[in-house]
Amino acid sequence: MSHVLILIGNALLTLFVVMNWGLIMGGMVRKIVGRVHGRYGPPIWQPYIDIIKTLGKRTSVIHGVMFFLGPVFRLAGGIGTLMFIPVLFHSSVFANFSFSGDLLLVMYFIFFGQLGMALGAGESGHPYSAMAVGRGLAQMTAFEVPFALSVISLAIQYKTLSVTGIVAAQQGGLLHWTLFTNPVATITAIIAMLGMNMHSPFDIVLAPQEIPIGPPTEFQSSFLGLLQTNRAIFTGAKLVLFMNLYLGGSSIGNGGFAGYAMAIITMMAKTFGLYMISVFVGVAYPRFRTEQSIRFFLGVPTVLGILAILIFWIW
Amino acid sequence: MDEEIKKPYEEMDIDELIKSQPTDPVLYCQDLPKPSKPLGIYMEKFLNWARANSLWFLGFGTGCGAVELRPLMTARFDVYRYGIAGRPTPRQSSVFVIGGYASVKTIKRIVRSYEQMQGPKFVIGLGSCTINGGMYWDSYNTINRLDHYIPVDVYIAGCMPRPEALIAGFEKLKQLIKEGKAEGANHYAENFEWYKANQKKIIKDWNMPDYNW
Repeated sequence: MSHVLILIGNALLTLFVVMNWGLIMGGMVRKIVGRVHGRYGPPIWQPYIDIIKTLGKRTSVIHGVMFFLGPVFRLAGGIGTLMFIPVLFHSSVFANFSFSGDLLLVMYFIFFGQLGMALGAGESGHPYSAMAVGRGLAQMTAFEVPFALSVISLAIQYKTLSVTGIVAAQQGGLLHWTLFTNPVATITAIIAMLGMNMHSPFDIVLAPQEIPIGPPTEFQSSFLGLLQTNRAIFTGAKLVLFMNLYLGGSSIGNGGFAGYAMAIITMMAKTFGLYMISVFVGVAYPRFRTEQSIRFFLGVPTVLGILAILIFWIW
Repeated sequence: MDEEIKKPYEEMDIDELIKSQPTDPVLYCQDLPKPSKPLGIYMEKFLNWARANSLWFLGFGTGCGAVELRPLMTARFDVYRYGIAGRPTPRQSSVFVIGGYASVKTIKRIVRSYEQMQGPKFVIGLGSCTINGGMYWDSYNTINRLDHYIPVDVYIAGCMPRPEALIAGFEKLKQLIKEGKAEGANHYAENFEWYKANQKKIIKDWNMPDYNW
């Protein structure tokens, strides 16, 4: 019994750390984008105030059962993704529910929330929601191809489908990272990550000035609060996954308070660096159209992904 | 079999058109708005602080006012630093900015959009046209006082007011929210019949439910 309680406590701690880091990162990104535009930008804690405000709304409208469940599925998808990713290597506290073969489950969970949200947004009946859901699912299918090819390349390289196993194989110095041992797969996955993070030029789902807000157009009050919380958790979870797969993860070393502090700081630095790729590409490029985006992912990144597999196949 | 032969929509007059619309209770809300009770004093103070520092506005660019709203987002005026951001859907926004004169046709859309916003919601009337009609005060087709139709928290006078005046208006609204004085949504619910009577006096083709959520 106490074993289960400790597991739940650990999971809540992981959730707390990743959610807060995701929110702070969101605030920093708004600030950085503001500075690129030559503006002062909102305060870093603005995402927190926004969430408190939306949760503190006095009225709300429900359009049906699936409308109610959409944000719940989305949040379940975000938390589920996080729960199967070991956030810190060697740590029993942050290992959560990772097991051998968890990489496949994580890839499924990345899809899960979006499918639930698609049903919820569909019931809201807003034309922009339907349009954005169509675009989102099309783009998701497209960027999943290079990402899956890259993951297959890793599976051949490390002969495992466990995230912990892949992180363990990368320990022992900078040159053991996948970034250096398998650069083609890394580049492929980072291009797929640009699509996943929904910044320009791949922000066709929440496209401002075109179909503003996108799927959650009709979601308000606490529904929107759930979606905003999920955005922080989901972004954090995806970045931690990419850090684990390609940047060597972050290990607590010998343990102890200093080890944990160093590991969390390493995690923050690596995920922040990864996210900045999306942000910098985002502020520099205008938006693709849907078909351009899909053609892009099925073009060069897919060829790179196949190349990454072939290199290790022939090796 | 007494099958009704349906007239085409183009030949119907407005009453027939309204009757021909489906009146599904799931699609249309039958309940009228109710004033919502505030939570405890300290909780409400905390939430009011959050509401004041996260103002998402829906810009209703009726007249020339929309021109003055856009520079707010740019590097020169940058309202994001005050926690103000545009939100192009009434469901998620908390401030409704009416950007100038409202014609009879527009006031119908203004009422619908206002009722679709979730409370607590605030309204800023931008420009002299919303206060007394401004240069359109004797026009046959525009309303004169906006607060006869929806409750207004802050008026910004001018023709047109500069973006600086708009920012000052937002700051005034923040002050009102923090003091707990911006209760327009409750005021609307309490005086619902008076507002509806005013709206129906001016909107002749009332082909929508009495309350749009």
